[in-house]
Amino acid sequence: MSLLEVRSVTKAFGSLVAVNDVSLSVAPGELRAIIGPNGAGKTTFFNLITGFFPPTSGHILLDGKDITEVAAVDRVGMGMARTFQITEIFPELTVRENIRVAVESQAGLRLRPWINRRQTAEVDDKIDEMLVATRLTEQADRLVGELSHGDQRSAEIAMALALKPRILLLDEPTAGMGEQETFQVAGLIRRLHKHTGYTIVLIEHDMRVVFNLADRIMVLTEGTLLAEGTPDEIAANPAVQAAYLGTAE
Amino acid sequence: MSETTIPAMADRTQQRNWLPLAAIWLVLITVPIWLPYVGGYNALASRVLVFGLAAMGLNLLLGFTGTMSFGHAAYFGLGAYGAGFVLRYWIHSTPLAMLAAILLGTAAGALFGALMAKRTGIYFAMLTIAFAQICYYVAYSWNSVTGGYDGLRGFQRAPLHFGPYIVNIRDNGVLFYYFVLAVFAICTGLMAMLLRSPLGRSFIAIRENPRRTRFLGIPVERHVWISFTISAFFTSVAGGLYALLNNFADPTALFYVISGNIVIMAVMGGMRSFWGPLIGAAVFVTLQDYISSMTVNWMSFIGMIFVAVVLFFPRGLLGFIGRRRRA
Repeated sequence: MSLLEVRSVTKAFGSLVAVNDVSLSVAPGELRAIIGPNGAGKTTFFNLITGFFPPTSGHILLDGKDITEVAAVDRVGMGMARTFQITEIFPELTVRENIRVAVESQAGLRLRPWINRRQTAEVDDKIDEMLVATRLTEQADRLVGELSHGDQRSAEIAMALALKPRILLLDEPTAGMGEQETFQVAGLIRRLHKHTGYTIVLIEHDMRVVFNLADRIMVLTEGTLLAEGTPDEIAANPAVQAAYLGTAE
Repeated sequence: MSETTIPAMADRTQQRNWLPLAAIWLVLITVPIWLPYVGGYNALASRVLVFGLAAMGLNLLLGFTGTMSFGHAAYFGLGAYGAGFVLRYWIHSTPLAMLAAILLGTAAGALFGALMAKRTGIYFAMLTIAFAQICYYVAYSWNSVTGGYDGLRGFQRAPLHFGPYIVNIRDNGVLFYYFVLAVFAICTGLMAMLLRSPLGRSFIAIRENPRRTRFLGIPVERHVWISFTISAFFTSVAGGLYALLNNFADPTALFYVISGNIVIMAVMGGMRSFWGPLIGAAVFVTLQDYISSMTVNWMSFIGMIFVAVVLFFPRGLLGFIGRRRRA
Protein backbone atom coordinates (compact mmCIF):
# COMPACT_ATOMS: atom_id res chain seq x y z
CA MET A 1 0.00 0.00 0.00
CA SER A 2 1.17 3.50 -0.64
CA LEU A 3 2.23 5.67 2.26
CA LEU A 4 1.13 8.93 0.69
CA GLU A 5 -1.69 9.09 -1.78
CA VAL A 6 -2.95 12.24 -3.45
CA ARG A 7 -6.21 11.77 -5.33
CA SER A 8 -6.82 14.29 -8.10
CA VAL A 9 -6.31 17.49 -6.12
CA THR A 10 -7.07 20.89 -7.61
CA LYS A 11 -6.15 24.26 -6.18
CA ALA A 12 -7.58 27.44 -7.64
CA PHE A 13 -6.67 30.94 -6.49
CA GLY A 14 -9.59 32.87 -7.92
CA SER A 15 -9.54 32.19 -11.65
CA LEU A 16 -5.95 30.92 -11.60
CA VAL A 17 -5.79 27.15 -11.37
CA ALA A 18 -2.36 26.49 -9.84
CA VAL A 19 -2.77 22.72 -9.53
CA ASN A 20 -5.21 20.95 -11.80
CA ASP A 21 -6.38 17.40 -11.06
CA VAL A 22 -2.99 15.96 -10.01
CA SER A 23 -2.62 12.55 -8.39
CA LEU A 24 0.39 10.97 -6.75
CA SER A 25 1.15 7.73 -4.96
CA VAL A 26 4.34 7.26 -2.94
CA ALA A 27 5.35 3.81 -1.66
CA PRO A 28 7.10 3.39 1.72
CA GLY A 29 10.88 3.81 1.36
CA GLU A 30 10.55 5.53 -2.02
CA LEU A 31 12.35 8.69 -3.07
CA ARG A 32 10.09 10.65 -5.36
CA ALA A 33 11.17 13.76 -7.21
CA ILE A 34 8.81 16.41 -8.55
CA ILE A 35 10.21 18.48 -11.40
CA GLY A 36 8.84 21.05 -13.77
CA PRO A 37 9.47 24.56 -15.06
CA ASN A 38 8.98 27.65 -12.88
CA GLY A 39 5.33 28.28 -12.13
CA ALA A 40 4.35 24.67 -12.77
CA GLY A 41 2.63 24.45 -9.38
CA LYS A 42 5.20 22.29 -7.61
CA THR A 43 5.34 24.27 -4.38
CA THR A 44 1.55 24.72 -4.41
CA PHE A 45 1.24 20.95 -4.72
CA PHE A 46 3.62 20.58 -1.73
CA ASN A 47 1.61 23.09 0.26
CA LEU A 48 -1.54 21.05 -0.37
CA ILE A 49 0.15 17.85 0.81
CA THR A 50 1.46 19.47 4.01
CA GLY A 51 -1.75 21.35 4.73
CA PHE A 52 -0.41 24.86 4.29
CA PHE A 53 -3.75 25.55 2.65
CA PRO A 54 -6.68 23.27 1.73
CA PRO A 55 -7.31 21.97 -1.81
CA THR A 56 -10.28 23.27 -3.81
CA SER A 57 -11.15 19.65 -4.54
CA GLY A 58 -9.58 16.23 -4.21
CA HIS A 59 -8.27 14.13 -1.32
CA ILE A 60 -4.98 13.48 0.45
CA LEU A 61 -4.40 10.21 2.27
CA LEU A 62 -1.56 9.32 4.61
CA ASP A 63 -1.25 5.61 5.21
CA GLY A 64 -4.81 5.08 3.99
CA LYS A 65 -6.28 7.74 6.29
CA ASP A 66 -7.95 10.78 4.73
CA ILE A 67 -6.11 13.85 6.05
CA THR A 68 -7.57 16.43 3.66
CA GLU A 69 -9.27 18.27 6.52
CA VAL A 70 -6.43 17.85 9.05
CA ALA A 71 -4.62 21.10 9.99
CA ALA A 72 -0.96 21.45 9.03
CA VAL A 73 0.19 21.45 12.65
CA ASP A 74 -1.56 18.12 13.27
CA ARG A 75 -0.18 16.53 10.11
CA VAL A 76 3.27 16.95 11.68
CA GLY A 77 2.17 14.74 14.56
CA MET A 78 0.94 12.15 12.03
CA GLY A 79 4.44 11.87 10.60
CA MET A 80 4.73 14.55 7.94
CA ALA A 81 7.78 16.81 8.07
CA ARG A 82 8.83 19.41 5.53
CA THR A 83 11.51 21.92 4.65
CA PHE A 84 10.95 25.09 2.66
CA GLN A 85 12.32 26.51 -0.56
CA ILE A 86 13.71 29.46 1.37
CA THR A 87 15.27 27.94 4.48
CA GLU A 88 13.01 28.36 7.51
CA ILE A 89 15.05 28.20 10.71
CA PHE A 90 15.43 30.05 14.02
CA PRO A 91 18.35 32.27 12.97
CA GLU A 92 19.25 33.69 16.40
CA LEU A 93 19.36 30.31 18.10
CA THR A 94 22.20 27.80 17.94
CA VAL A 95 21.98 24.65 15.84
CA ARG A 96 21.47 22.67 19.03
CA GLU A 97 18.64 24.93 20.21
CA ASN A 98 16.99 24.75 16.79
CA ILE A 99 16.94 20.98 16.91
CA ARG A 100 15.90 21.01 20.58
CA VAL A 101 12.60 22.73 19.75
CA ALA A 102 11.83 19.99 17.22
CA VAL A 103 12.87 17.15 19.54
CA GLU A 104 10.79 18.49 22.44
CA SER A 105 7.78 18.98 20.20
CA GLN A 106 8.08 15.42 18.93
CA ALA A 107 8.47 14.08 22.49
CA GLY A 108 5.15 15.71 23.41
CA LEU A 109 6.83 18.12 25.84
CA ARG A 110 5.79 21.33 24.05
CA LEU A 111 3.30 22.43 26.72
CA ARG A 112 5.55 21.60 29.67
CA PRO A 113 6.62 24.59 31.77
CA TRP A 114 9.34 22.51 33.45
CA ILE A 115 11.56 19.60 32.48
CA ASN A 116 13.38 17.09 34.65
CA ARG A 117 16.95 15.86 34.35
CA ARG A 118 16.10 12.52 32.81
CA GLN A 119 13.98 14.11 30.09
CA THR A 120 16.67 16.72 29.45
CA ALA A 121 19.23 13.93 29.03
CA GLU A 122 16.96 12.06 26.62
CA VAL A 123 16.40 15.21 24.60
CA ASP A 124 20.16 15.90 24.54
CA ASP A 125 20.83 12.38 23.26
CA LYS A 126 18.29 12.79 20.49
CA ILE A 127 19.84 16.13 19.49
CA ASP A 128 23.30 14.55 19.32
CA GLU A 129 21.89 11.78 17.17
CA MET A 130 20.45 14.33 14.72
CA LEU A 131 23.72 16.29 14.71
CA VAL A 132 25.65 13.15 13.79
CA ALA A 133 23.14 12.15 11.11
CA THR A 134 23.43 15.56 9.43
CA ARG A 135 27.17 16.00 10.20
CA LEU A 136 26.63 19.22 12.14
CA THR A 137 28.27 18.17 15.41
CA GLU A 138 31.11 20.68 15.04
CA GLN A 139 28.72 23.56 14.37
CA ALA A 140 26.32 22.55 17.16
CA ASP A 141 26.86 25.64 19.34
CA ARG A 142 27.02 28.22 16.59
CA LEU A 143 24.07 30.40 15.64
CA VAL A 144 22.23 28.91 12.68
CA GLY A 145 22.03 32.36 11.08
CA GLU A 146 25.83 32.44 10.87
CA LEU A 147 26.23 29.12 9.06
CA SER A 148 26.79 28.55 5.35
CA HIS A 149 23.73 28.02 3.17
CA GLY A 150 24.44 24.29 2.92
CA ASP A 151 24.82 23.89 6.68
CA GLN A 152 21.63 25.90 7.28
CA ARG A 153 19.82 23.51 4.96
CA SER A 154 21.31 20.56 6.83
CA ALA A 155 20.11 22.08 10.10
CA GLU A 156 16.62 22.48 8.67
CA ILE A 157 16.67 18.84 7.57
CA ALA A 158 17.94 17.86 11.05
CA MET A 159 14.90 19.59 12.58
CA ALA A 160 12.60 17.75 10.19
CA LEU A 161 14.28 14.43 11.06
CA ALA A 162 13.91 15.14 14.78
CA LEU A 163 10.15 14.97 14.26
CA LYS A 164 10.59 11.23 13.47
CA PRO A 165 8.72 11.66 10.20
CA ARG A 166 7.24 8.79 8.24
CA ILE A 167 7.52 10.95 5.16
CA LEU A 168 9.93 13.79 4.52
CA LEU A 169 9.01 16.55 2.06
CA LEU A 170 11.89 18.71 0.82
CA ASP A 171 11.12 21.79 -1.27
CA GLU A 172 14.14 22.50 -3.48
CA PRO A 173 16.77 21.47 -0.95
CA THR A 174 19.63 22.67 -3.17
CA ALA A 175 18.02 25.93 -4.31
CA GLY A 176 20.54 28.74 -4.71
CA MET A 177 23.54 26.57 -3.82
CA GLY A 178 26.94 26.26 -5.44
CA GLU A 179 28.57 23.00 -6.55
CA GLN A 180 30.09 22.12 -3.21
CA GLU A 181 26.93 22.77 -1.18
CA THR A 182 24.69 20.98 -3.68
CA PHE A 183 27.00 17.99 -3.40
CA GLN A 184 26.86 18.16 0.41
CA VAL A 185 23.05 18.33 0.61
CA ALA A 186 22.51 15.72 -2.14
CA GLY A 187 24.87 13.41 -0.21
CA LEU A 188 22.84 13.93 2.95
CA ILE A 189 19.58 13.11 1.15
CA ARG A 190 21.15 10.02 -0.40
CA ARG A 191 22.33 8.76 3.01
CA LEU A 192 18.91 9.37 4.55
CA HIS A 193 17.23 7.49 1.75
CA LYS A 194 19.63 4.60 1.17
CA HIS A 195 20.95 3.98 4.69
CA THR A 196 18.09 5.05 6.92
CA GLY A 197 15.28 4.18 4.55
CA TYR A 198 13.31 7.41 4.79
CA THR A 199 10.42 7.97 2.43
CA ILE A 200 11.20 11.27 0.72
CA VAL A 201 9.35 13.52 -1.70
CA LEU A 202 11.44 16.35 -3.10
CA ILE A 203 11.05 19.21 -5.51
CA GLU A 204 14.30 19.86 -7.32
CA HIS A 205 15.67 21.97 -10.13
CA ASP A 206 19.11 20.41 -10.39
CA MET A 207 18.63 17.57 -12.89
CA ARG A 208 21.84 15.78 -11.87
CA VAL A 209 20.51 15.57 -8.33
CA VAL A 210 17.10 14.36 -9.51
CA PHE A 211 18.35 11.68 -11.88
CA ASN A 212 20.94 10.45 -9.39
CA LEU A 213 18.67 10.19 -6.38
CA ALA A 214 15.08 9.58 -7.42
CA ASP A 215 13.38 6.21 -7.67
CA ARG A 216 10.53 7.79 -9.58
CA ILE A 217 9.92 11.24 -11.03
CA MET A 218 6.74 13.20 -11.68
CA VAL A 219 6.75 16.13 -14.08
CA LEU A 220 4.35 19.05 -13.65
CA THR A 221 3.70 21.77 -16.23
CA GLU A 222 1.19 24.56 -15.84
CA GLY A 223 -0.43 22.82 -12.91
CA THR A 224 -1.05 19.52 -14.66
CA LEU A 225 0.72 16.17 -14.59
CA LEU A 226 2.81 15.82 -17.73
CA ALA A 227 4.54 12.51 -17.08
CA GLU A 228 5.41 10.09 -14.33
CA GLY A 229 7.89 7.22 -14.21
CA THR A 230 11.42 6.04 -13.49
CA PRO A 231 14.32 8.37 -14.33
CA ASP A 232 15.01 6.39 -17.52
CA GLU A 233 11.39 6.60 -18.65
CA ILE A 234 11.26 10.33 -17.94
CA ALA A 235 14.54 10.97 -19.81
CA ALA A 236 13.15 9.14 -22.84
CA ASN A 237 9.70 10.76 -22.72
CA PRO A 238 9.15 13.00 -25.79
CA ALA A 239 6.63 15.24 -24.01
CA VAL A 240 9.12 15.95 -21.21
CA GLN A 241 11.88 16.63 -23.71
CA ALA A 242 9.60 19.04 -25.51
CA ALA A 243 8.68 20.83 -22.29
CA TYR A 244 12.28 21.16 -21.15
CA LEU A 245 14.21 21.52 -24.38
CA GLY A 246 11.63 22.94 -26.72
CA THR A 247 10.34 21.04 -29.75
CA ALA A 248 12.45 20.65 -32.88
CA GLU A 249 9.82 22.19 -35.14
CA MET B 1 32.42 13.11 22.12
CA SER B 2 29.05 14.27 23.32
CA GLU B 3 29.99 13.56 26.96
CA THR B 4 32.84 16.02 26.71
CA THR B 5 31.08 18.82 24.86
CA ILE B 6 27.88 19.11 26.90
CA PRO B 7 29.34 19.58 30.41
CA ALA B 8 31.89 21.99 28.95
CA MET B 9 29.07 24.12 27.56
CA ALA B 10 27.11 23.98 30.83
CA ASP B 11 30.20 25.13 32.75
CA ARG B 12 30.68 28.04 30.46
CA THR B 13 27.11 29.30 30.76
CA GLN B 14 27.18 28.91 34.55
CA GLN B 15 30.35 30.92 34.84
CA ARG B 16 28.91 33.63 32.67
CA ASN B 17 25.57 33.87 34.42
CA TRP B 18 26.69 33.61 38.01
CA LEU B 19 28.35 37.00 38.48
CA PRO B 20 25.75 39.42 37.04
CA LEU B 21 22.99 37.46 38.77
CA ALA B 22 24.72 37.75 42.14
CA ALA B 23 25.32 41.45 41.50
CA ILE B 24 21.65 42.12 40.72
CA TRP B 25 20.40 40.37 43.84
CA LEU B 26 23.08 41.96 46.03
CA VAL B 27 22.00 45.40 44.85
CA LEU B 28 18.30 44.65 45.33
CA ILE B 29 18.75 43.18 48.82
CA THR B 30 20.92 46.06 50.06
CA VAL B 31 18.72 48.85 48.67
CA PRO B 32 17.36 50.09 52.04
CA ILE B 33 20.94 50.42 53.34
CA TRP B 34 22.42 52.61 50.60
CA LEU B 35 19.34 54.24 49.13
CA PRO B 36 19.10 57.18 51.57
CA TYR B 37 22.71 58.13 50.77
CA VAL B 38 21.90 58.60 47.08
CA GLY B 39 18.76 60.60 47.77
CA GLY B 40 16.23 57.82 47.26
CA TYR B 41 13.43 56.58 49.46
CA ASN B 42 11.82 53.20 50.07
CA ALA B 43 8.61 53.80 48.15
CA LEU B 44 10.68 54.74 45.08
CA ALA B 45 12.60 51.47 45.31
CA SER B 46 9.34 49.55 45.67
CA ARG B 47 7.96 51.35 42.63
CA VAL B 48 11.02 50.34 40.59
CA LEU B 49 10.40 46.68 41.47
CA VAL B 50 6.66 46.96 40.74
CA PHE B 51 7.19 48.44 37.29
CA GLY B 52 10.20 46.20 36.73
CA LEU B 53 7.97 43.18 37.32
CA ALA B 54 5.26 44.58 35.03
CA ALA B 55 7.82 45.23 32.28
CA MET B 56 9.41 41.79 32.69
CA GLY B 57 5.94 40.27 32.51
CA LEU B 58 5.19 42.19 29.33
CA ASN B 59 8.58 41.19 27.97
CA LEU B 60 7.69 37.49 28.07
CA LEU B 61 5.32 38.44 25.29
CA LEU B 62 7.25 41.26 23.62
CA GLY B 63 10.85 40.05 23.77
CA PHE B 64 10.45 36.29 24.12
CA THR B 65 7.34 35.51 22.05
CA GLY B 66 7.72 38.36 19.56
CA THR B 67 4.12 39.50 20.02
CA MET B 68 3.25 43.15 20.63
CA SER B 69 0.93 44.33 23.35
CA PHE B 70 0.25 48.02 23.86
CA GLY B 71 -2.50 47.29 26.36
CA HIS B 72 -0.84 45.73 29.36
CA ALA B 73 -2.22 48.50 31.55
CA ALA B 74 -5.41 46.41 31.50
CA TYR B 75 -3.82 43.61 33.52
CA PHE B 76 -1.76 46.00 35.64
CA GLY B 77 -4.84 48.08 36.49
CA LEU B 78 -7.16 45.11 37.01
CA GLY B 79 -4.54 43.68 39.38
CA ALA B 80 -4.60 46.96 41.29
CA TYR B 81 -8.40 47.02 41.45
CA GLY B 82 -8.53 43.32 42.39
CA ALA B 83 -6.33 43.96 45.41
CA GLY B 84 -8.24 47.15 46.21
CA PHE B 85 -11.65 45.47 46.11
CA VAL B 86 -10.60 42.85 48.65
CA LEU B 87 -9.08 45.36 51.08
CA ARG B 88 -11.80 47.95 50.64
CA TYR B 89 -14.93 45.77 50.61
CA TRP B 90 -14.10 42.42 52.08
CA ILE B 91 -11.18 41.60 54.36
CA HIS B 92 -7.90 43.09 55.65
CA SER B 93 -5.62 40.45 54.17
CA THR B 94 -2.64 41.19 51.95
CA PRO B 95 -2.31 37.60 50.64
CA LEU B 96 -5.99 37.50 49.67
CA ALA B 97 -5.67 40.92 48.06
CA MET B 98 -2.77 39.62 45.96
CA LEU B 99 -4.74 36.49 45.08
CA ALA B 100 -7.67 38.62 43.88
CA ALA B 101 -5.26 40.79 41.87
CA ILE B 102 -3.88 37.69 40.14
CA LEU B 103 -7.29 36.13 39.50
CA LEU B 104 -8.83 39.29 38.04
CA GLY B 105 -5.84 40.26 35.88
CA THR B 106 -5.07 36.75 34.65
CA ALA B 107 -8.70 35.91 33.88
CA ALA B 108 -8.98 39.10 31.82
CA GLY B 109 -5.70 38.25 30.07
CA ALA B 110 -6.90 34.73 29.26
CA LEU B 111 -10.24 36.01 27.96
CA PHE B 112 -8.90 38.90 25.89
CA GLY B 113 -6.02 36.73 24.69
CA ALA B 114 -8.46 34.08 23.46
CA LEU B 115 -10.43 36.71 21.56
CA MET B 116 -7.27 38.08 19.92
CA ALA B 117 -5.32 34.87 19.33
CA LYS B 118 -6.22 34.52 15.65
CA ARG B 119 -4.97 38.03 14.85
CA THR B 120 -1.35 38.88 14.22
CA GLY B 121 0.88 41.93 13.97
CA ILE B 122 -0.72 45.34 14.01
CA TYR B 123 -4.28 43.95 14.34
CA PHE B 124 -3.30 42.09 17.47
CA ALA B 125 -1.59 45.20 18.86
CA MET B 126 -4.62 47.41 18.13
CA LEU B 127 -6.93 44.96 19.88
CA THR B 128 -4.72 44.94 22.97
CA ILE B 129 -5.14 48.73 23.20
CA ALA B 130 -8.89 48.47 22.60
CA PHE B 131 -9.44 45.96 25.39
CA ALA B 132 -7.36 48.05 27.79
CA GLN B 133 -9.38 51.17 26.98
CA ILE B 134 -12.62 49.24 27.59
CA CYS B 135 -11.32 48.37 31.07
CA TYR B 136 -10.32 51.99 31.62
CA TYR B 137 -13.76 53.35 30.75
CA VAL B 138 -15.55 50.74 32.83
CA ALA B 139 -13.43 51.69 35.85
CA TYR B 140 -13.91 55.37 35.07
CA SER B 141 -17.71 55.14 34.76
CA TRP B 142 -18.69 52.57 37.36
CA ASN B 143 -18.68 55.05 40.22
CA SER B 144 -20.45 52.97 42.86
CA VAL B 145 -17.90 50.14 42.71
CA THR B 146 -14.65 51.59 41.46
CA GLY B 147 -14.91 55.12 42.80
CA GLY B 148 -14.84 56.44 39.25
CA TYR B 149 -12.38 59.21 38.46
CA ASP B 150 -11.24 59.53 42.07
CA GLY B 151 -10.40 55.85 42.21
CA LEU B 152 -10.81 53.30 44.93
CA ARG B 153 -9.65 54.79 48.22
CA GLY B 154 -10.05 54.29 51.91
CA PHE B 155 -8.11 51.06 52.28
CA GLN B 156 -4.67 50.18 53.58
CA ARG B 157 -2.47 47.17 53.00
CA ALA B 158 -2.70 44.76 55.93
CA PRO B 159 0.25 43.51 58.02
CA LEU B 160 1.36 39.94 57.28
CA HIS B 161 0.67 37.25 59.87
CA PHE B 162 2.94 34.24 60.17
CA GLY B 163 1.45 32.36 63.14
CA PRO B 164 2.29 34.46 66.18
CA TYR B 165 4.63 36.74 64.20
CA ILE B 166 3.37 39.91 62.61
CA VAL B 167 5.34 41.61 59.89
CA ASN B 168 4.05 45.13 59.75
CA ILE B 169 4.39 45.99 56.08
CA ARG B 170 1.66 48.58 56.54
CA ASP B 171 3.64 51.09 58.56
CA ASN B 172 7.21 50.07 57.84
CA GLY B 173 8.40 51.04 54.36
CA VAL B 174 11.53 48.89 54.55
CA LEU B 175 9.53 45.79 55.44
CA PHE B 176 7.11 46.56 52.63
CA TYR B 177 10.05 46.86 50.23
CA TYR B 178 11.22 43.41 51.27
CA PHE B 179 7.71 42.05 50.81
CA VAL B 180 7.70 43.43 47.26
CA LEU B 181 11.19 42.03 46.70
CA ALA B 182 10.08 38.57 47.90
CA VAL B 183 7.14 38.56 45.47
CA PHE B 184 9.44 39.87 42.74
CA ALA B 185 11.95 37.08 43.47
CA ILE B 186 9.29 34.37 43.24
CA CYS B 187 7.97 35.79 39.98
CA THR B 188 11.37 36.18 38.31
CA GLY B 189 12.29 32.67 39.49
CA LEU B 190 9.17 31.32 37.80
CA MET B 191 9.95 33.30 34.65
CA ALA B 192 13.51 31.98 34.50
CA MET B 193 12.23 28.43 34.94
CA LEU B 194 9.63 28.94 32.23
CA LEU B 195 12.18 30.24 29.74
CA ARG B 196 14.36 27.16 30.30
CA SER B 197 11.42 24.82 29.71
CA PRO B 198 10.02 23.34 26.51
CA LEU B 199 7.03 25.70 26.74
CA GLY B 200 9.30 28.73 27.08
CA ARG B 201 11.43 27.55 24.18
CA SER B 202 8.30 27.23 22.05
CA PHE B 203 7.66 30.95 22.73
CA ILE B 204 11.17 31.85 21.58
CA ALA B 205 10.68 29.64 18.53
CA ILE B 206 7.51 31.58 17.65
CA ARG B 207 9.44 34.84 17.99
CA GLU B 208 12.16 33.55 15.68
CA ASN B 209 9.95 31.98 13.01
CA PRO B 210 6.21 31.27 13.44
CA ARG B 211 5.96 29.30 10.19
CA ARG B 212 8.80 26.99 11.09
CA THR B 213 7.32 26.56 14.57
CA ARG B 214 3.95 25.52 13.14
CA PHE B 215 5.63 22.98 10.89
CA LEU B 216 7.42 21.53 13.90
CA GLY B 217 3.98 20.57 15.21
CA ILE B 218 3.52 23.45 17.65
CA PRO B 219 0.10 25.15 17.42
CA VAL B 220 1.25 28.77 17.25
CA GLU B 221 -2.03 30.55 18.14
CA ARG B 222 -2.53 28.42 21.23
CA HIS B 223 1.03 29.03 22.43
CA VAL B 224 0.72 32.79 21.83
CA TRP B 225 -2.46 32.72 23.90
CA ILE B 226 -0.68 30.85 26.71
CA SER B 227 2.19 33.32 26.59
CA PHE B 228 -0.26 36.22 26.67
CA THR B 229 -2.03 34.77 29.71
CA ILE B 230 1.22 34.12 31.57
CA SER B 231 2.36 37.64 30.71
CA ALA B 232 -0.93 39.05 32.05
CA PHE B 233 -0.44 36.97 35.20
CA PHE B 234 2.91 38.57 36.04
CA THR B 235 1.68 42.04 35.12
CA SER B 236 -1.37 41.61 37.37
CA VAL B 237 0.91 40.63 40.27
CA ALA B 238 2.73 43.92 39.69
CA GLY B 239 -0.63 45.72 39.59
CA GLY B 240 -1.66 44.20 42.93
CA LEU B 241 1.61 45.34 44.48
CA TYR B 242 1.02 48.81 42.99
CA ALA B 243 -2.31 49.10 44.83
CA LEU B 244 -0.66 47.98 48.07
CA LEU B 245 2.16 50.46 47.55
CA ASN B 246 -0.15 53.44 46.99
CA ASN B 247 -3.08 52.32 49.16
CA PHE B 248 -5.38 53.23 46.34
CA ALA B 249 -6.33 52.10 42.84
CA ASP B 250 -7.44 54.61 40.25
CA PRO B 251 -8.30 54.52 36.54
CA THR B 252 -4.91 55.91 35.46
CA ALA B 253 -3.45 52.47 36.31
CA LEU B 254 -5.59 51.18 33.40
CA PHE B 255 -4.84 54.07 31.04
CA TYR B 256 -2.90 53.54 27.81
CA VAL B 257 -0.14 55.82 29.09
CA ILE B 258 0.79 53.07 31.56
CA SER B 259 0.80 50.51 28.72
CA GLY B 260 3.17 52.76 26.80
CA ASN B 261 5.40 53.35 29.81
CA ILE B 262 5.77 49.61 30.39
CA VAL B 263 6.68 49.07 26.72
CA ILE B 264 9.25 51.91 26.93
CA MET B 265 10.81 50.33 30.03
CA ALA B 266 11.11 46.94 28.32
CA VAL B 267 12.51 48.35 25.08
CA MET B 268 14.85 50.80 26.80
CA GLY B 269 16.26 48.12 29.08
CA GLY B 270 16.59 45.48 26.38
CA MET B 271 13.83 43.20 25.13
CA ARG B 272 16.13 40.31 24.40
CA SER B 273 17.67 40.19 27.84
CA PHE B 274 16.00 38.73 30.88
CA TRP B 275 16.85 41.59 33.28
CA GLY B 276 16.69 44.37 30.70
CA PRO B 277 13.14 45.51 31.55
CA LEU B 278 14.09 45.85 35.23
CA ILE B 279 16.98 48.14 34.29
CA GLY B 280 14.61 50.04 31.99
CA ALA B 281 12.11 50.41 34.83
CA ALA B 282 14.83 51.59 37.24
CA VAL B 283 15.96 54.27 34.78
CA PHE B 284 12.42 55.31 33.89
CA VAL B 285 10.99 55.46 37.41
CA THR B 286 14.03 57.20 38.89
CA LEU B 287 14.16 59.79 36.12
CA GLN B 288 10.42 60.33 36.36
CA ASP B 289 10.73 60.93 40.09
CA TYR B 290 13.75 63.21 39.76
CA ILE B 291 12.71 65.26 36.71
CA SER B 292 9.04 65.59 37.67
CA SER B 293 10.14 67.37 40.86
CA MET B 294 11.65 70.07 38.62
CA THR B 295 9.27 70.29 35.67
CA VAL B 296 5.86 69.02 34.66
CA ASN B 297 7.36 68.27 31.25
CA TRP B 298 9.27 65.26 32.58
CA MET B 299 7.91 63.05 29.79
CA SER B 300 9.73 65.03 27.09
CA PHE B 301 13.05 64.36 28.84
CA ILE B 302 12.30 60.67 29.17
CA GLY B 303 11.25 60.71 25.52
CA MET B 304 14.60 62.17 24.49
CA ILE B 305 16.48 59.58 26.54
CA PHE B 306 14.34 56.84 25.02
CA VAL B 307 15.13 58.04 21.50
CA ALA B 308 18.84 58.17 22.35
CA VAL B 309 18.79 54.64 23.72
CA VAL B 310 16.93 53.28 20.68
CA LEU B 311 19.37 55.04 18.33
CA PHE B 312 22.61 54.16 20.09
CA PHE B 313 21.71 50.89 21.84
CA PRO B 314 19.12 49.30 19.53
CA ARG B 315 19.12 46.22 21.73
CA GLY B 316 18.52 48.25 24.88
CA LEU B 317 20.78 49.17 27.78
CA LEU B 318 21.39 45.53 28.63
CA GLY B 319 21.34 44.41 25.00
CA PHE B 320 25.08 44.40 24.56
CA ILE B 321 25.37 41.63 27.17
CA GLY B 322 23.07 39.43 25.12
CA ARG B 323 25.24 40.26 22.12
CA ARG B 324 28.38 39.12 23.90
CA ARG B 325 26.79 35.85 24.97
CA ARG B 326 26.11 34.99 21.36
CA ALA B 327 29.50 35.96 20.05
